[in-house]
Amino acid sequence: MIRVVLPAHLRTLAHIDGEVKLDVTGAVTQRAVLDALEAAYPTLRGTIRDHLTQQRRAFVRFFACQEDLSHESPDAPLPEAVVKGMEPFLVVAAIAGG
Amino acid sequence: MSSVRVLVGTHKGAFVLTSDGKRERWDVSGPHFAGWEIYHMKGSPADPNRLYASQCSGWSGQVIQRSNDGGKTWEPVGNQFAYEGEAGTHQWYDGTPHPWAFKRVWHLEPSLTDPDTVYAGIEDAALFRSADAGQTWQELPGLRGHGSGPRWQPGAGGLCLHTILLDPSDPNRMFIAISAAGAFRTDDGGKTWRPINRGLHSQYIPDPMAEVGHCVHRMAMHRSRPGVLFMQKHWDVMRSDNAGDSWQEISGNLPTDFGFVVDVHAHEPETIYVVPIKSDGEHYPPEGKLRVYRSRKGGNEWEALSDGLPQSNCYVNVLRDAMAIDSLDSCGVYFGTTGGQVYASPDAGDHWMPIVRDLPAVLSVEVQTLQ
Repeated sequence: MIRVVLPAHLRTLAHIDGEVKLDVTGAVTQRAVLDALEAAYPTLRGTIRDHLTQQRRAFVRFFACQEDLSHESPDAPLPEAVVKGMEPFLVVAAIAGG
Repeated sequence: MSSVRVLVGTHKGAFVLTSDGKRERWDVSGPHFAGWEIYHMKGSPADPNRLYASQCSGWSGQVIQRSNDGGKTWEPVGNQFAYEGEAGTHQWYDGTPHPWAFKRVWHLEPSLTDPDTVYAGIEDAALFRSADAGQTWQELPGLRGHGSGPRWQPGAGGLCLHTILLDPSDPNRMFIAISAAGAFRTDDGGKTWRPINRGLHSQYIPDPMAEVGHCVHRMAMHRSRPGVLFMQKHWDVMRSDNAGDSWQEISGNLPTDFGFVVDVHAHEPETIYVVPIKSDGEHYPPEGKLRVYRSRKGGNEWEALSDGLPQSNCYVNVLRDAMAIDSLDSCGVYFGTTGGQVYASPDAGDHWMPIVRDLPAVLSVEVQTLQ
């Protein structure tokens, strides 16, 4: 199972309590995880990446295993610890005021 | 017994204010969608329990919410707004071409007859329609495809389509307004559009009488006279008696003709309201006195309405979608401020009281009159 941690406002939007656990078939990449996440929670479509371009939204970052994966290819394999469910894939909203 | 429901969109969530027909005591619910910008909420005239809300944030983009029970519960619906065909370019602030890109929904206008049909005015300016209660959205491309589209420029708040007026007497006629392109009208259900800006004079653009480029802040009509339009422009309050074919200035004795809102009394088509704001550089009331101005003659002759409003040290703004009118016999007028107050007058503006004082900055106010 792939573990995904979402920022609080997206958990509220999608009525998610705690971590999300996803079955991802095939190669475990950012794209595969986000595809599975959006399939499970259609409300999240467009809130993490753009509907059309699939680009990560500007104020969102992806972290795992204490690394910033935001600028990795969406098709690059995620770390083994994420694949094995030992570490979560973190969707992080920028810290910002206002 | 009649009651009213006031829908308030703020910088950090939505609030629903309800009262009986006396409009003296209010229940406040919210924040709904806490932490998100709620640009606009509006109820269907055909089914007052059907509400739509535009929820957005810089982090997570656009969400559209729908309620089928008058705002007790909500569900997210479709949030994909894809321009038809090649998006093309409009002008950027410096006059260079800039790609059209979706930012947010400024205004939601439900159909007058079908609760499942709703229009959305978006930034970068375009008009979308949903015929399935917000699940999917399709652009009405004839507007953005009007030959002037590449010459539209954003106002300071963005290139936003913020006003949608549906003609109750003609389902094929709609009016929209864009900052800073101007006003447009369709007579064929949205297939084709024409600019309706003749008579507008804007000194801040190279050709002050240009076909497009005017910063229209808001338009309003009375449903009994849909050919008569009122407009608060960046500067100037305007009136058209021929569905926008031409405009005349009606600023008259206003202390300043800058402002954002304009609205019309529910039962008196010649009684109109504005909130004068000092200038485009100083977005607060003149002299620090918050005053609504009312004309009972369709413009030019205005009276200040200040009873119950702060008359010293008031430096709030009233944004373009933040005034609404109910249709009770004694017409109620409502507006919200960037200071978080929502004021109500149950007697057409003669007396005012705050319903709430300390909300986040108010972006929009709508009211539903319920039987």
